Amino acid sequence: MKISDIQTLLDAEVICNEDKLGRHVYSACGSDMMSDVLAYVKDQAVLLTGLVNSQVVRTAEMMDMVCIVFVRSKKPTQEMIDLANESGMVIMTTKKRMYEACGKLYKNGLVGNGEQNE
Amino acid sequence: MNEVVKFHFNVDGDSFTSAGQASVQVKKNLRQIGISPETIRRVSIAMYEGEINMVIHAGGGVADIMVYEDHIDIILEDNGPGIENIDLAMQEGYSTAPDNIRSLGFGAGMGLPNMKRYTDSMEVTSELGKGTKIVMKVNI
Repeated sequence: MKISDIQTLLDAEVICNEDKLGRHVYSACGSDMMSDVLAYVKDQAVLLTGLVNSQVVRTAEMMDMVCIVFVRSKKPTQEMIDLANESGMVIMTTKKRMYEACGKLYKNGLVGNGEQNE
Repeated sequence: MNEVVKFHFNVDGDSFTSAGQASVQVKKNLRQIGISPETIRRVSIAMYEGEINMVIHAGGGVADIMVYEDHIDIILEDNGPGIENIDLAMQEGYSTAPDNIRSLGFGAGMGLPNMKRYTDSMEVTSELGKGTKIVMKVNI
């Protein structure tokens, strides 16, 4: 789906890099624990999280992700927006909670990477 | 073997917010010299975890990245408190990070294991009260 579809499905407000909404993305992950994102994300392009600090943007950048969705109406700081602008990362915020936001996207075809822990 | 390119960074230990700056820069530098995206990702994640560790535990340190013909070395050194039991520290889930770090999304005891996971070899040497040195190698 396109990043703009994520915005529509989650009724989200785009905070920055609105010009990149036309990008196609194929998988996502949801986590408030950046250590887990660094450990388990492979090629997911979208991060859904309720955690707000600069390391969220850096972590997403390390994983070559292109979009961060803040759930539970969380808003990024100006510092985070500046970081996201440097790398062209789309940031949006939705009023939905994590489970429902992930569920809506998954149901509409935005899957995870299919891996599981032993 | 001759080293091709070398990058040196001071990792500022004063602010958690700035942690990761060196890794972002390494990522850009490696991209510029045409290293493959998968290799860049492995190097930058391993270094990022190391950088976070240095900021959380050691008050900062230095990072050296050496690019050779067939591999990349990442050397991280700090003058922090040292690691008492390296085997224990290497276990997934073992953490000595304070609660405020956990609330920032780190400190789950995944740092060192992740560094090992993303590199082809990793050596940790540490002396209590003196500091820690980590040498990681990623094959190109």
